[in-house]
Amino acid sequence: MYEILSVRELAPKIKLFEVHAPEIAEKARPGQFIMVIINEKGERVPLTIAEYDAGKGTIAFAFNEVGKTTKQLGTLKEGDRVWNITGPLGNPSEIRNFGRVLCVAGGVMIAPMLLQIKALHETGNTVVAVVGARIKELLFFKEEIKALSHKFYVATDDGSEGYKSLEFLKDVLAEEKFDRCVAMGPVPMLKTVSEFTKPFGIPTVVTLMPVMVDGMGMCGVCRVSVGGKMKFGCVDGPEFDGHLVDYEELIKRQRMFLPEERLSSLLWELGGCGCGRK
Amino acid sequence: MAESKPKPKVRKQAVPIPKQPPEVRKHNFNEVALGYTEEQALEEANRCLQCPKPQCIRGCPVEIDISTFIRLLREGKYDEAIKKIKEKNSLPAICGRVCPQEEQCQKMCVLGKVGEPVSIGRLERFLADWERARGFTVPEKAPSTGKRVAIVGAGPAGLTAAADLAKLGHEVVIFEALHLAGGVLVYGIPEFRLPKSIVQAEVDYIKKLGVELKLGYLIGRTYTIPELLKKRGFDAVFIGTGAGLPQFLGIPGENLGGIYSANEFLIRVNLMKAYAFPEYDTPIRIGRHVAVIGGGNVAMDAARSALRLGAEQVCIVYRRSREEMPARKEEIENAEEEGIICKFLAAPTRFIGNEKGWVKQMECICMELGPPDESGRRRPVPVKGSEFLMDIDTAIIAIGRTPNPIIQSTTEGLAVTKWGTIVTDENGKTSLEGVYAGGDIVTGEATVISAMGAGKKAARAIHEYLMNKK
Ligand SMILES: Cc1cc2nc3c(=O)[nH]c(=O)nc-3n(C[C@H](O)[C@H](O)[C@H](O)COP(=O)(O)OP(=O)(O)OC[C@H]3O[C@@H](n4cnc5c(N)ncnc54)[C@H](O)[C@@H]3O)c2cc1C
Ligand SMILES: Cc1cc2nc3c(=O)[nH]c(=O)nc-3n(C[C@H](O)[C@H](O)[C@H](O)COP(=O)(O)OP(=O)(O)OC[C@H]3O[C@@H](n4cnc5c(N)ncnc54)[C@H](O)[C@@H]3O)c2cc1C
Ligand code: SF4
Ligand code: FES
Repeated sequence: MYEILSVRELAPKIKLFEVHAPEIAEKARPGQFIMVIINEKGERVPLTIAEYDAGKGTIAFAFNEVGKTTKQLGTLKEGDRVWNITGPLGNPSEIRNFGRVLCVAGGVMIAPMLLQIKALHETGNTVVAVVGARIKELLFFKEEIKALSHKFYVATDDGSEGYKSLEFLKDVLAEEKFDRCVAMGPVPMLKTVSEFTKPFGIPTVVTLMPVMVDGMGMCGVCRVSVGGKMKFGCVDGPEFDGHLVDYEELIKRQRMFLPEERLSSLLWELGGCGCGRK
Repeated sequence: MAESKPKPKVRKQAVPIPKQPPEVRKHNFNEVALGYTEEQALEEANRCLQCPKPQCIRGCPVEIDISTFIRLLREGKYDEAIKKIKEKNSLPAICGRVCPQEEQCQKMCVLGKVGEPVSIGRLERFLADWERARGFTVPEKAPSTGKRVAIVGAGPAGLTAAADLAKLGHEVVIFEALHLAGGVLVYGIPEFRLPKSIVQAEVDYIKKLGVELKLGYLIGRTYTIPELLKKRGFDAVFIGTGAGLPQFLGIPGENLGGIYSANEFLIRVNLMKAYAFPEYDTPIRIGRHVAVIGGGNVAMDAARSALRLGAEQVCIVYRRSREEMPARKEEIENAEEEGIICKFLAAPTRFIGNEKGWVKQMECICMELGPPDESGRRRPVPVKGSEFLMDIDTAIIAIGRTPNPIIQSTTEGLAVTKWGTIVTDENGKTSLEGVYAGGDIVTGEATVISAMGAGKKAARAIHEYLMNKK
């Protein structure tokens, strides 16, 4: 059992949980993830580590309330417990002085990107950060990221804040030189960013979020094609060379269980919270 | 009842074990074989000749004193009989159900020369179930040695080593990566062959021995082996992490939707209880036409699970012939009784998907058997131009599993073979001081009993090591 020490609402339907998990906190590194099981009947949900503090014995993760489990997680309060957390899993990000690093984060993944940027900043990199979301209400951590960045850009799908869409990045890339690009967020965003950086030959690292079950190499559901080779997202990743990923296949594989996920989510909404509200 | 016979006469036929009828059982996940009643067990035990030089014992990988336990059983001394078994085998309820006895003790039994061998496994199961129904008594433990042992992996190897070491007075902590203990016994072998309550009873017994169980600890990540020894205060480590990595065919179309590794499929169904979705959160999708590729126990388990989840037709596609199938004979028979079709001498060459990225066909090629290969089985050779298509919407790939690599890659100085298994001596000692290993992680995919035997041996070696250390 892992106790939730604090709950922060970062944006509508996006929450940041700080939990007591000293053993994980001690080993966690940027880029790694955990598997959360809410209760005995729960599924294993992978979530990226967004903060860790070995001294306090805590880790934090942010989640978007999109389906059954994340909605259910969203109802938990400070002092509640989740049944099991396993981690840290996956390979840590490569963090060293690369020079100028372009960091692009979308949606809920802005939270773990802050951790990444902190580490890149501390190792002497010049960070140029882009945060994006569908609409401006879903943006968060703007001030925190801005404070660590040499340049800071905002983009929204509807243009309600900052640039409309990521098209502007083409100009940024044409004007400035980058030694590395790190992208975290929805697959279409990862794909776009990788397409933009490719002509400039900028090494681009993307965090992939395929469907997972165990998260430690035992099932193979997380397999992705990278440079024509089969890789397991959980143990070979979660970060991969953005220029080599087969995004179309990944998108299809992410949707494999959509009907079941919708059913589960619907049933939860109808009866799950017990308050009678839909 | 069988006592009324004046002279012992060899009964050629074994007492059959009651089973759920195929038509019923293919719709449920309840245990297929129901176990002997007391009467049936006595009748079967009475078939034993009590050979002066019992051959059965030679066939048992852990050398259970089979003829003695059978004698005790038929004298009605069930308590002593089960104790006799437990001298050598700490998991009889499990082994009685899943051991390939037909390849081991029963293969050697002299009665097999004139008819059917004594059903040793069924008798073992009868005694174990008899004991469990009464509740285990916790044996006396040796006084505390003050030594601490970490066990990595809660499969049969790890659980056995843990129990033996705890009885010897050591403080034992098991680190298991998954959220439930049991290894393949919980995530692989289905409920209808091995009820999870039995595995749970064994795990509870081990906890009663004072063993601490830490679930959700992936060693190599949360801690490494050197950290356990140097920072966490353990005096020795046993690695029993099994062969849990799925293998794929490496043919086009394998990443289409509807194609599972057997491990994914079985983990969803057994460990995550996807058969009870949406009560349990993890889903599974079963199509109407399921192809299972492979011919071992894993393929049988996957095929029979698919059937129980509602598939209309389940076909096992195996590249050799029936004779070479590595699955237990009893399970092949069970599967066929339930209506599973076996297609022999065929191997998939590619998968073809629909516009949504879901598999709709599997192309196979026919095989013929050539001369034997290193394994001694005849090598399958593709027949040119014999490709054919099968309409399917689910494929389950059960072509073998390789060792979990994470410990090997995070433990400097640990000797590993080119297959990724850990190198040990015959007592499970690895190249690192205080580090022992056993089970599938050392042998590659094997059996529950051999993993258990390795756990026992290593426990003895670890005990000796700890008691001689300074
Ligand atoms: C390595 C890794 C790290 C991850 N890190 C994080 C993280 O830090 N934070 C986080 O929130 N998630 C993260 N994820 C994703 C997260 O694990 C899944 O979102 C989670 O499984 C959702 O579980 P659920 O039961 O709530 O939803 P599920 O039942 O699994 O279903 C997902 C639901 O999302 C809906 N959906 C899918 N895509 C979209 C979309 N683009 N927009 C709107 N709805 C959509 C589907 O309709 C579906 O109902 C990570 C995944 C991986 C593999
Ligand atoms: C579907 C299926 C059916 C089978 N049927 C039979 C049968 O009928 N009869 C038979 O005799 N054998 C059968 N087998 C084989 C048998 O189950 C195995 O040989 C046996 O379980 C091996 O035991 P083990 O303890 O070595 O490993 P496992 O049972 O594999 O257990 C290893 C454990 O270690 C954990 N682990 C792995 N890595 C780590 C890590 N880094 N840190 C912490 N924990 C870790 C795993 O999660 C797992 O729980 C079957 C196997 C399968 C897959
Ligand atoms: S070989 Fe067969 S008949 Fe002889 S003691 Fe063993 S079980 Fe009994
Ligand atoms: S999630 Fe199972 S192998 Fe990656």
